[in-house]
Amino acid sequence: MKVFKLIFKNALRHKLRTFLTILGIMIAVIAFGVLRTVVTIWDSSVDAASANRLITRQSVSFIFPLPYAYKEKIKSVPGVQDVSFANWFGGVYKDKNNFFARLAVDAETIFDVMPEFLITPEELEAFKKERNSCVIGADIAKQYNIKLGDVMTLEGDIYPGRWDFIVRGIYRPQNKNTDDTQMLFHWQYVDERMKIESPARTGLVGWYIVEIKDPNKSAAISNQIDALFKNSSAETKTETEKAFTQGFVAASSAIITAMNLMSFVIIGIIMLVLANTMVMAARERTREYAVFKTLGFSTFHLTGLILGESLLISILGGGIGIALTYPIVAGFEQAMPKGFFPFFYIEPITTIMALSAAILIGIIAAVFPIHRTLKTKIVEGFRFVG
Amino acid sequence: MSELIQVQNVSKSYWRDSFEIPVLNNLSLSVKQGEFMALMGPSGSGKTTLLNLIAGIDKPSSGKVFVSGTEISNLGESSLAKWRANNIGFIFQFYNLIPVLTAFENVELPLLLTKLSKEERKKHVENVLNIVGLGNHMQHYPKQLSGGQEQRVAIARAVVTDPVLLVADEPTGDLDRNSATEILTLLERLNKEFNKTIVMVTHDPHAAERASVVRHLEKGDLVGA
Ligand SMILES: Nc1ncnc2c1ncn2[C@@H]1O[C@H](COP(=O)(O)OP(=O)(O)OP(=O)(O)O)[C@@H](O)[C@H]1O
Ligand SMILES: [Mg+2]
Repeated sequence: MKVFKLIFKNALRHKLRTFLTILGIMIAVIAFGVLRTVVTIWDSSVDAASANRLITRQSVSFIFPLPYAYKEKIKSVPGVQDVSFANWFGGVYKDKNNFFARLAVDAETIFDVMPEFLITPEELEAFKKERNSCVIGADIAKQYNIKLGDVMTLEGDIYPGRWDFIVRGIYRPQNKNTDDTQMLFHWQYVDERMKIESPARTGLVGWYIVEIKDPNKSAAISNQIDALFKNSSAETKTETEKAFTQGFVAASSAIITAMNLMSFVIIGIIMLVLANTMVMAARERTREYAVFKTLGFSTFHLTGLILGESLLISILGGGIGIALTYPIVAGFEQAMPKGFFPFFYIEPITTIMALSAAILIGIIAAVFPIHRTLKTKIVEGFRFVG
Repeated sequence: MSELIQVQNVSKSYWRDSFEIPVLNNLSLSVKQGEFMALMGPSGSGKTTLLNLIAGIDKPSSGKVFVSGTEISNLGESSLAKWRANNIGFIFQFYNLIPVLTAFENVELPLLLTKLSKEERKKHVENVLNIVGLGNHMQHYPKQLSGGQEQRVAIARAVVTDPVLLVADEPTGDLDRNSATEILTLLERLNKEFNKTIVMVTHDPHAAERASVVRHLEKGDLVGA
C-alpha cells in the first residue's frame, strides 16, 4: 500500500461530497477561464493597436465625416510618414447577423499603414488595379468559404443599393490578436457611385489613419494636425490608435473590470467550499489522525495526507474544468453572432492561471484542517466526540 | 526479571479552563520484563491516563517515566513519535482501525514507517494475521468484520512491528463474552509464547484473572499490592 492509495481512499470516503466539491471546482475553473478569456480579448485588442499610428477623426464624434481634402494637409505635417483613411460602410452580407467590419478604404495606402495585414504583392496589385474589387481577412474567407475571384454582394444601408465586389485578395493576420475579419474595398469606387446617386455625400471619409515616424512624438504631432483644422467647419481630434480603441470600447470597460474582479471572487468562493469540505473531513477523522500519531506518523506524514487529498480534489476539478473550458469557449464563440469578436482564443496564460488557482485552492483549503490536526493532542483526539 | 517500566513519583493533572483537575498523585509503579499486568479501578480513577504516560502519548506534570532504560518523559514530540513506533503496540477499546483500509492494509500501516520492502512487509503482515487467526480475512474491511475480529486485527497491527511492550485499554470492553475470551487467550499467548510485556486496563474480573499481576488504582493512587 502506498500513501497515495490512502489519500485516494480518503477522498472517496464521502463519494457524493467529494463529487460535488470537484464539480464545484470544475465549474469555478470554467467560469474563471471564460471570464479571463473575455478579459484578455479586450486587453489584446487594445494591445494590438499600433503605437506609431494616429487616428484623426471629427472632433465631436467619429460618426461625423471629414473632408477628403484633409489627406494632403495631414501628410504635410512634419513627422508624418503616411496617411490613409477609411469609412464605415455598414451594409448586410447575406444575413443581418453576419457581423464583420466592412470598410471603404484608400486602396493605394491602406496596406502600407496596416502592415499587420499580410497580403501578397500580386494580390495587392490586383486589388489596386480593379476598382470594384475587395480584400477580405482570412477568417472571413474561411467562415463564408470565399475564394479569390468570388463576388461578394452587400446590401447597402448607409450607402443604399446593391454592391458587388470581386475578391482579389485575402490577407492573413500577422499576430494572434490581429483582426482578420475585415472586408476592405475602394473608397474611390463608393465615392464615384455616390456622385451620381447622392452628390451631397461625396468627398467624405470616416477617419484618417496617420502613420508617424517616431511614436514618442505622437502627442506633438496630434496637436499639430488638430491645429491645422482649428476653426474650420470640421475640426479634428487626433489620438493614438490605442487611445482610440480604448475609447471605442470604453463603455464595456466597466463590465470588463467587473468580469476581471468576478473571476477572482469565484476562485475565492470555491476555495472556501473546498476548505469547508476538508475541515469537515478532518473533524470526522479526528480519532483516526490520533491513531496515526500514536503509531508514530509524523507532522510531515499527516500534512502530506491532508494536503494530498485537498490537492487531489482541487487538481482533479481544476484539470477537468480546464479541459472543458476549450470546447466551452469554442461553443461560446459559435453561439455569438458571427464575427462579434474578431478573435477568440484561450491565452496560455489563462490556462496557467487556472491551473495555479486550482493548486492554490488545494493548498489554502488544507491549511485549516492541517493546523487543527497537528495541534490536537493525541489524548484529546481520542476523547473527541464528533 | 529486570524492570521494563519504571514510573517514578508521577503526578498528572489536566486543566479545564482555569481549574486544575488532579488525576494522578505522586504515583510510582514498576513493571517487569515479560509481565502481564492488569490495571483495575473505578471509572475516572486515572487508568487511561497512567497507560498513556507509559505508552508515551501523554506527558506527566511531574515525575519520570522510564521504559527499557529510556526516559520517555523528557523526549521531544518527534523523538517520542519515533520511539512509540519502535517500542509500543497499542490496543484500544474501540479497535480504532482505519475504516477505508482492509485488514491487511491496517496491519501494514505501522510498517510503512520502517525501511522494509513491500515483499517483507507482506510477509510480516500475513504472519501476524495468521497468528491472530485472520489469515483468510485479509482483504476484508473493518465493517465486514465482527467486533472480535476487528480487535484481532488491531492486535495484529499492535504486534506487527514486534514491540517490547503492548498497552491495551479495556480491550474486551466492547465485546461479548466469547469474543472477549478469544481476545484474552490471544493476549495471554502473546505474553507467554512471544514474550511480550503487556499492561492492560480492564474493568472485567475475568480479564484480570488472565494477568500475572493485578494492580488497583483509586483516585490517582495505587492501592494493594
Ligand atoms: N484530556 C483531558 N482533559 C481533561 N480532563 C481529562 C482528560 N483526560 C482525562 N481527564 C479526566 O481525568 C480523570 C481520569 O481520566 P481517565 O480517563 O484516566 O480515567 P479512567 O480510569 O480511564 O476511567 P474509565 O474507566 O472511565 O476509562 C477523569 O476525571 C477525566 O475526566
Ligand atoms: Mg479509561
